[in-house]
Amino acid sequence: MKDVKVLGPGCKRCEATEAMVKDAAARLGVDVTVEKVTDYAAIAGFGVVSTPGIVIDGKVVHAGGLPKPEAVEKWLQG
Amino acid sequence: MAPVIYRNALNCAPAHESPHPRSRKGVGMADHALTSPQSSPQGSPKQSSPWPWFAGVGLALAAWVLVYSQLIPASEWLVSLLPVDRSSHLGSALAFFFYDTPKVILLLTLIVFAMGVVRSYFSPEKTRALLAGKREGLGNVMAAGLGVLTPFCSCSAVPLFIGFVSAGVPLGVTFSFLIAAPMVNEVALGLLFGLVGWKVALTYLGFGLAVAIVAGWVIGRLKLEGWLQDWVRNIQAGTAGPIPDEEPTAVDRIHLGLDAVRDIVGRVWIWIIAGIAAGAAIHGYVPAELMVGIMGADAWWSVPAAVVMGIPMYTNAAGVIPIVEALIGKGAALGTTLAFMMSVIALSLPEMIILRKVLTLKLIAVFIGVVGTGILAVGFLFNALFH
Repeated sequence: MKDVKVLGPGCKRCEATEAMVKDAAARLGVDVTVEKVTDYAAIAGFGVVSTPGIVIDGKVVHAGGLPKPEAVEKWLQG
Repeated sequence: MAPVIYRNALNCAPAHESPHPRSRKGVGMADHALTSPQSSPQGSPKQSSPWPWFAGVGLALAAWVLVYSQLIPASEWLVSLLPVDRSSHLGSALAFFFYDTPKVILLLTLIVFAMGVVRSYFSPEKTRALLAGKREGLGNVMAAGLGVLTPFCSCSAVPLFIGFVSAGVPLGVTFSFLIAAPMVNEVALGLLFGLVGWKVALTYLGFGLAVAIVAGWVIGRLKLEGWLQDWVRNIQAGTAGPIPDEEPTAVDRIHLGLDAVRDIVGRVWIWIIAGIAAGAAIHGYVPAELMVGIMGADAWWSVPAAVVMGIPMYTNAAGVIPIVEALIGKGAALGTTLAFMMSVIALSLPEMIILRKVLTLKLIAVFIGVVGTGILAVGFLFNALFH
């Protein structure tokens, strides 16, 4: 089961990213827990400078802007 | 509420946009290559060939030039269709409106697209790496330049601030970045260029950067790190591994440019029309003497008054500039109107509210004071130079 964190203080892009991750996981049938991290200190703790960011199993896979759906799928499958 | 446009915000795409790769009209490129993950089991998605995209961009540019060159005759023709005397107030206001609205929108589209593509070469992570540990002075200059070129969403302002400071970018340098970003935005520059002239646009660019550099440097010299919020100073800026380098392809860059156009022009066009309508009214109806009296260079208090008026206001550069142009055309002092514009854009309340999370009130006050002074100086200088 993958532990996915979506980093973002709550702007629309960050919410869209969270939705994308959940959609992709459902589509691929991958087991995930998706957690939205909005606390600035926590976000900074990952070293992410621009949101939205995506952390999977403790590793930052994306930071800044909306990710491409096929990239999200690749990360979830990898 | 007036939509706030400062440069960084422009990259926050609204979520109602489909998060899937946008299908572009007009270029006819098959998007299926981008949306079928099964086609490449290894991982990186197949990219569509860039050549049709390049051709599309080329065609669009040619069309742009064509339309732009026909604006004056077209607007005159439009006015001639209406039962209005061209030399009357109404006729003159209408001609201004019909000419300026498409002109501004065309310019904006071009500049926003270009900047969107340019920004795809930059990222906050790269900028942070470039600025970390740079000493003040040089760091301030680089930061101001990068502030213009780095894409970041206004909701990232706080993570960015923290990320920079904790990665070893000096406080003053970070401020130079944060001041330059909204102030020297391509919307303002493009509109100034199109409506008032390249000299003014260039001077605005130069002075905007100068204010960012000097203000950031001054704040750095004041050694105010202690005035950050406590929790910021306690942050361990860890990394959960290196941030992956997602280098965009050429087609990606074009997409980014188009996204920016859709995002910015899509949000701003109403304000442009409103602003130009107001400008047209001023152009056609307000007598010159009135303007000179209120905002002319001779009224020494006009510059400080303009800066003070601008602080609580937040609006977008697009809406304000056509008014600025009409005002100047009617004799308002250039320095005063530009100081007003800079104050509205650079000292924006929403950004301040966001930054309040990381800065103490004292630091925000210093920030407003230093930047405000810089804008004042610019205002007086402009008035003196372009009198």
